[in-house]
Amino acid sequence: MNWTKGDEEEYWNSSKFKAFTFDDEDDELSQLKESKRAVNSLRDFVDDDDDDDDLERVSWSGEPVGSISWSIKETASNSGSNHEREQLKNRNSFSSYAQLPKPASTYSLSSLFRGRTRPGSFQSLSDALSDTPAKSYAPELGRPKGEYRDYSNDWSPSDTVRRLRKGKVCSLERFRSLQDKLQLLEEAVSMRDGNVITAVLIFLKRTLSKEILFRELEVRQVALRHLIHFLKEIGDQKLLLDLFRFLDRTEELALTHYREHLNIQDPEKRKEFLKTCIGLPFSAEDSAHIQDHYTLLERQIIIEANDRHLESAGQTEIFRKHPRKASILNMPLVTTLFYSCFYHYTEAEGTFSSPVNLKKTFKIPEKQYVLTALAARAKLRAWHDVDALFTTKNWLGYTKKRAPIGFHRVVEILHKNSAPVQILQEYVNLVEDVDTKLNLATKFKCHDVVIDTCRDLKDRQQLLVYRSKVDKGSAEEEKIDAILNSSQIRWKN
Amino acid sequence: MAAHLSYGRVNLNVLREAVRRELREFLDKCAGSKAIVWDEYLTGPFGLIAQYSLLKEHEVEKMFTLKGSRLPAADVKNIIFVVRPRLELMDIIAENVLSEDRRGPARDFHILFVPRRSLLCEQRLKDLGVLGSFIHREEYSLDLIPFDGDLLSMESEGAFKECYLESDQTSLYHAAKGLMTLQALYGTIPQIFGKGECARVRNGRRVPPDPMFCFQQVANMMIRMKREFTGSQNSIFPVFDNLLLLDRNVDLLTPLATQLTYEGLIDEIYGIQNSYVKLPPEKFAPKKQGDGGKDLPTEAKKLQLNSAEELYAEIRDKNFNAVGSVLSKKAKVISAAFEERHNAKTVGEIKQFVSQLPHMQAARGSLANHTSIAELIKDVTTSEDFFDKLTVEQEFMSGIDTDKVNSYIEDCIAQKHPLIKVLRLVCLQSVCNSGLKQKVLDYYKREILQTYGYEHILTLYNLEKAGLLKPQTGGRNTYPTVRKTLRLWMDDVNEQNPTDISYVYSGYAPLSVRLAQLLSRPGWRSIEEVLRILPGPHFEERQPLPTGLQKKRQPGENRVTLIFFLGGVTFAEIAALRFLSQLEDGGTEYVIATTKLINGASWIESLMEKPF
Repeated sequence: MNWTKGDEEEYWNSSKFKAFTFDDEDDELSQLKESKRAVNSLRDFVDDDDDDDDLERVSWSGEPVGSISWSIKETASNSGSNHEREQLKNRNSFSSYAQLPKPASTYSLSSLFRGRTRPGSFQSLSDALSDTPAKSYAPELGRPKGEYRDYSNDWSPSDTVRRLRKGKVCSLERFRSLQDKLQLLEEAVSMRDGNVITAVLIFLKRTLSKEILFRELEVRQVALRHLIHFLKEIGDQKLLLDLFRFLDRTEELALTHYREHLNIQDPEKRKEFLKTCIGLPFSAEDSAHIQDHYTLLERQIIIEANDRHLESAGQTEIFRKHPRKASILNMPLVTTLFYSCFYHYTEAEGTFSSPVNLKKTFKIPEKQYVLTALAARAKLRAWHDVDALFTTKNWLGYTKKRAPIGFHRVVEILHKNSAPVQILQEYVNLVEDVDTKLNLATKFKCHDVVIDTCRDLKDRQQLLVYRSKVDKGSAEEEKIDAILNSSQIRWKN
Repeated sequence: MAAHLSYGRVNLNVLREAVRRELREFLDKCAGSKAIVWDEYLTGPFGLIAQYSLLKEHEVEKMFTLKGSRLPAADVKNIIFVVRPRLELMDIIAENVLSEDRRGPARDFHILFVPRRSLLCEQRLKDLGVLGSFIHREEYSLDLIPFDGDLLSMESEGAFKECYLESDQTSLYHAAKGLMTLQALYGTIPQIFGKGECARVRNGRRVPPDPMFCFQQVANMMIRMKREFTGSQNSIFPVFDNLLLLDRNVDLLTPLATQLTYEGLIDEIYGIQNSYVKLPPEKFAPKKQGDGGKDLPTEAKKLQLNSAEELYAEIRDKNFNAVGSVLSKKAKVISAAFEERHNAKTVGEIKQFVSQLPHMQAARGSLANHTSIAELIKDVTTSEDFFDKLTVEQEFMSGIDTDKVNSYIEDCIAQKHPLIKVLRLVCLQSVCNSGLKQKVLDYYKREILQTYGYEHILTLYNLEKAGLLKPQTGGRNTYPTVRKTLRLWMDDVNEQNPTDISYVYSGYAPLSVRLAQLLSRPGWRSIEEVLRILPGPHFEERQPLPTGLQKKRQPGENRVTLIFFLGGVTFAEIAALRFLSQLEDGGTEYVIATTKLINGASWIESLMEKPF
């Protein structure tokens, strides 16, 4: 901080620095500004070294651990509020803290779950280890792993499950009969511990035939759902599909199969895989989408190969001027349409890459098509194409401008693509609603439209307001003055 | 000590101390110097309960994040992996261990699963041939992490998806376990109320309905665990009077709406992670005269947000429109305080002034930060698009035009706004209309798939399964009844000096919190009809207390209710509950627990299908 002693003294003694007075009626933005200003003027008041970042950047002796956030000094939150804390404490005279028989810091979670011989007296960990009668429910910490193993062979299913839950390794192998296995499963399910249920399911999956496993789980819904989740997690797609087939859950079967395509990177293989999805029992709506997904990728592969070739050959102007930024493979349909409107706009309907062909094949609605084509052509500043998009001829041969998306949207898109004012003006003029037209014209500085509209509305006041916004001595100002001075207009205000 | 945890009605530092002690016990078990290898996701939650100094005291010398191939060199005796029980992490651990084995001096490997050991993961380690390398394989039951004096979260990002999509009960089990821990520390909770079902796949997608209901399950699990875990009666005087278990799918609407409290908006716009937020640095650059704006910091500004900061505690739950005036008043107060120096004449007075300086500086720093944040938020909330979006949301929530294709949503798709934003709006419309007309639904679906990619069929299916986006069945829209009976839409809302919880969404009163409010007064019997419309049963259980522990309430003394949101809770809902706690004649103070702090975007994202 470059705060010299002289500055400091001057600041200290100056009386220029005053508390701000705020007008409470003020709108909020100005309030924020005020407080910002106040804060800024206060900022350098004293040399401050309370840079929070320094507190966060406690140096680790190890390698930096990325975004680890826990070296925050806890004490930092303690400053100056002891008094308040005291008050709060007093208010809650029966606060839990006071109720506990011992200072809280002597408890650990595992001690809480240990059976106690005397009510109210917690045992410390060392007590628990030496004191055999104390039953331990939390996984016992601190024993060599050998002791986890359980050599006893006569645990009942319910004991076994109980032990599994406590984190002990028990052999399940000795449950041989189907009846035993199912009892094991039922015990696990009644325990509600997903971890144990899954452990038993792994065992059953390994030791039962698929048919029996499926049959038994069909009548045990909780276990069944855990199996499905577990199969998804380990990615055992095949068994999962078999299971859905067995359960006759056809839509899930189809979707699960379809999901697999996300993991296939190679476009050709992905396409082939998508082909296998067609005809699966999706809902009617989805079936059409899946078919489209396949067709789209098929198209993209053809277009991609073609265009990559054209681009590298360097003979085609559009690719030279606007090199492709990315491959078109796996892009959404609308993006593909944009691409084709950008690079292949004039192609005949017969080619795979022509926009019209895409529109027909995928039944793209007119609105969607016009929006996308407009964006693509505007980006290329092909104003003539833009014009053609909205020009219709009626049977008498007269041309008329029509936009299925509304001309206000056309204007927004043109503006986003930085169309020149003359072009914008033309389309702003086509907006039907006068208020919208005026708003857009003002927003995009189409002076002529604003001025003419005000004149047509005979709104002198608004014109006067607008006059103050245009540049002094500009053509617009002259035009406004001419209108204001005209004696032919009967102003409404 | 994390002092802010003890400000509330229930001292949550007790819980924090308990989990800290557990951590120390584990570390001490691995004698000698150690390195910890972190599952990066866990560093955030761990930061809320311990800092590096604690680990250092227990001979942790190095820390790494878990990455593939080999571990960085570290001259330590023990290597401890601290990880979530996830299969993909096991593969990385195995890679680490195997490459370490080849390298030389033998180390002791340990693994600490958070919050639970997983037999599935151990099986994977076994398959990879490294299970035998671990001396200690243990679990660290960090179920509920204290975030603030009245807020606990499990920070389990997959909980909603697991419960409602996969119907996997593991997170219910963790929730029950977390509640058991709380009861062990704060006494048995005498009364349990609940509303909601889980584990049922709605909308008739050929999946047989499941007769079991999750919260009843949590309640049952609790009662069962209680019998097992405590050999004798819990002898702690109960701190909580009630427990209210609320299932997120009882109220799918609230998280979809844009939160309008200060904290809620910070979360909506920048995302609060484990009570930290990262902000664009430009606004926080120190401004000095003649600096000409060079050397702007490029790294995001990271701030911790909790009630330890006095100013933040005051403004976090306010409607954003009421924040500006508080900030400007604070600025006045601080300016005036600094002006005091002119009046300090005697040595004593100057001394007095100087002694207050640190506090004043802290207040000034805090004010500077929040003024900057408020400006950043203001930029967003004053934008045209934010206004349009909010208008549509409010129309939906007040029941206007929910049954036809919305032109703003159409525009958003046409302009390729983020998919999550689009999905959030479409889901909101669906929920406010008890499902969309088939034609409308099909239209949205097609637009979304064509614009964002066909693979999102999978995400749409998930949303449908979760009940967020579905066709209207039965032809009846029940939302208006719910809205009217529960007064979910309030036309005259006072954002500055609120009189009702609806201020948190500038008109919409969060359904979940309304249910809590009505439970405390006059009781749910008054809204039986609506409770029947909302999914899942409602229930009440009592846990008997020995006579010595039964509380005699002093006149005027508030009850303390622990409210547990399974599947997530938003900051705006928390704000609404804090508002109820602070009401003078409210009668109930709330402590909030949840599986995850969420907002509409993070929630929808958790339901989106990604490649394996």
